[in-house]
Amino acid sequence: MATETRAERALTPGLERTATATRRERFEPRKFLTNAGFIALLIFFTVLFIYPFIWLVSASLKPGAEVFSRELIPDPIQWNNYSRLFELSKMGAWTVNSVIVTFLAATTVTITSALVAFAFAYFRFPYRNVVFGIVLASMMLPGAVTMIPNFLIWNALGWVNTLTPLWAANLFASPFYIFLLRQFFLGLPRELFDAARVDGASYLRMWWSVALPLTRAALIVVFVFELKAAWTDLVKPLIFLRDINLFTLPLGLKSIIDNPSIGGERHFELLAVGGVIVTVPMILIFFLGQRYFLEGIATTGSTGR
Amino acid sequence: MSSQAAVQRPKRGRWTAAEKEVIPWVLLFLSPWIVGLIVFTIIPMGWSLWLSFTNYDPLTQRGDFIGIENYLDMVSDKRVATSLFNTIYFTVLYVPLSTIFGLLLALILNKVGGWTAGFFRTAFYLPNLTPAVAVGTLFLMILNGQSGLLNQALGAVGISGPSWLNDPAWVKNGIVIMMLWSIGGTVIIYFAALRNVPGEMYEAARIDGAGAWKQFLNITVPMISGALFFTIVINTIASLQLFSEIYTMFYGAQQGQGSTGDAALFYVIYLFRNAFEFFEMGYASALAWVLFVVILIITLIQVRLSSRFVYYEGE
Repeated sequence: MATETRAERALTPGLERTATATRRERFEPRKFLTNAGFIALLIFFTVLFIYPFIWLVSASLKPGAEVFSRELIPDPIQWNNYSRLFELSKMGAWTVNSVIVTFLAATTVTITSALVAFAFAYFRFPYRNVVFGIVLASMMLPGAVTMIPNFLIWNALGWVNTLTPLWAANLFASPFYIFLLRQFFLGLPRELFDAARVDGASYLRMWWSVALPLTRAALIVVFVFELKAAWTDLVKPLIFLRDINLFTLPLGLKSIIDNPSIGGERHFELLAVGGVIVTVPMILIFFLGQRYFLEGIATTGSTGR
Repeated sequence: MSSQAAVQRPKRGRWTAAEKEVIPWVLLFLSPWIVGLIVFTIIPMGWSLWLSFTNYDPLTQRGDFIGIENYLDMVSDKRVATSLFNTIYFTVLYVPLSTIFGLLLALILNKVGGWTAGFFRTAFYLPNLTPAVAVGTLFLMILNGQSGLLNQALGAVGISGPSWLNDPAWVKNGIVIMMLWSIGGTVIIYFAALRNVPGEMYEAARIDGAGAWKQFLNITVPMISGALFFTIVINTIASLQLFSEIYTMFYGAQQGQGSTGDAALFYVIYLFRNAFEFFEMGYASALAWVLFVVILIITLIQVRLSSRFVYYEGE
C-alpha cells in the first residue's frame, strides 16, 4: 500500500517539496566556506556530466585533424561533417527504421500491459496472487537465457532480417510495465467502476473509457520508458538484422565504428556526428516528458526495463 | 483490495460465484501476457535448457544430445575463467562505487532544494539518456590514449594518464569510469528516497546534539536502506550482464585492432560471440544457464542479507 500512495504523490503536480527551508541568517565565515565548497562540488559534478555532451557536439563540427584540439568552438565550423556521414552511410534509412520500431514498440507494450495490469488490479479471481507472483518472477529472468531460443523462434517464423522481431514481442505485454501500471490502477476508487457497471458498460469498455483516461500519467511513463528502451537497444538489432538497409540507428552507428574507412581510419569527427544523431532525439523526448521520466524512476525505482 | 478479497472468500479452495463468473473476462484481459509468457519465456527456457545439453549448430540446424559435455567444457575453457574474472572485477568495483557516488550526488541534490534541484537533477540524469552505442563511441574518444579528453584533463594536473583502451591493466578501470558517468538513474532513486525522510527526525537529532555525520549514519542511511538495497541488487544484476557499451568499443567487425587481448571480454560478450559469431549455440546456452543460476544465487543472498539490514516503513 505504501507504494501506491507514493506513486500517487509522485504524479500529482505541484507537490514538489523544498528540502530545506530558507532562513535569513547572519553571515558566518565557517558556514560561508562550507557553502562555497558545496557549490564548487555541485558545479564540478554538473560539468562532469554535461561537458562530454558539449564536447561531442563540438567534435562533430571540427575538421578531422582537430577533433582533439583544445578549442571548444570549432574554427571553421564544419557543418558538412553531417552531410558527409549521410552520404557515406545509410543514416537516413536507419533513422526511419528506428522511428518505426520505437513507435510500434512503445505503443503496443503500453496498451497490452495496461490491459493485463487492469485485470490484476480490478478482478478478484482464483489464484490471483499466485499468478501475479509469476509476473514478478518472470521479471528476474536474465535476457541472456531466452536470447538464443527467441532467435530460433523468429528464425523458424521466417522473420529474421526484418524489423518485426524488434517490436512484435511487445504485443504480449511486459512484466515490468504490468507491475508499474497495476500500482496505478489499484489507486483508483472502486466505486467508479461499480457505477460504470450499473450503467451497463462492459468490462472492456470500462477499462478503455474509465480506467485508461484516469491513468494517463502512468501510461505516459510506460510509453516514454519504452521509447527509450527501444530507441537505445543494440542487442536485438544485432541478433536479428543482417541487411544494412534495415539497421536501426544504434546498429548503424556500430557499423560505422566497424567500417574500415570511417572507424578504422579513426575519423572521429564522423563518429561524433553519429553519436550526436543517435542521442539528440532522446534528449528532446526527455525534455518533453521530463516530469514523467524522473517521477517514473522515483516511483518504480527503476530506470526502465 | 487484496485483503477485501480474502475476507470475502468463504473457504480455502472454494471460490465465490462472482469470482467464477469473471474468469472468462480475466482470461481475455490476461491473454496477451499468457501467450507471451508461453511463447517468449517458458518455451525458450525449456528449449535453451535442452540446447545446453546438445551441440546444436544453427547453420546445419542439427544438434545431438551430448549430455553435460558443454558444462564440462566450460570448466576447462580459459576464456570462461577470463570473462568471469573480468565481469566480477567490474562488478566488485562498480557496485560499491556507484552506491557511494550515487548517494553523494543525491545528498548534494537534496541540499540544493527548490527549483534549482530540478536543473541539476536533469544535468545528472542526461548521461542516462545517451544510447549505449553512443556512450561507447563517446568513450572511445574520451579514453583515447594519446589525446583523449580524460588524459588531457589528467595532463592538465600533471598526471600522465595510461592508455585506457589498449593497456590490458587499465581497460576495465576505464570501463568502470564510463559506467559511473551514467549513474543518474541511481541518483534519482536515492534523491526520491531522501525526500521521503521526515524532517522532524533531523530536528529531533539536532536537539539531542547529534552532528551531521551522526545524523547521516543513524537517520539517513537506515531510512533509505530500502532504496540502497534495491539499487545494489539491480546494479549487481546489470553489471553481470554488461554488454552493449563494451561490444561497441571492443568487439564486432573491428575487433583485433587494439592490443587488449581478452581484457574486455565480459561474460555476456563471450556468450553472444559463441551463439552468433561461432554458432556454438549449445555451448552458449550452457553459458546462459550458468549465468542464470549465478544471478539467482547472488540475488537470494542479497535478499537474505536485506532482511537483517533494511528498514521498511510500517514494520
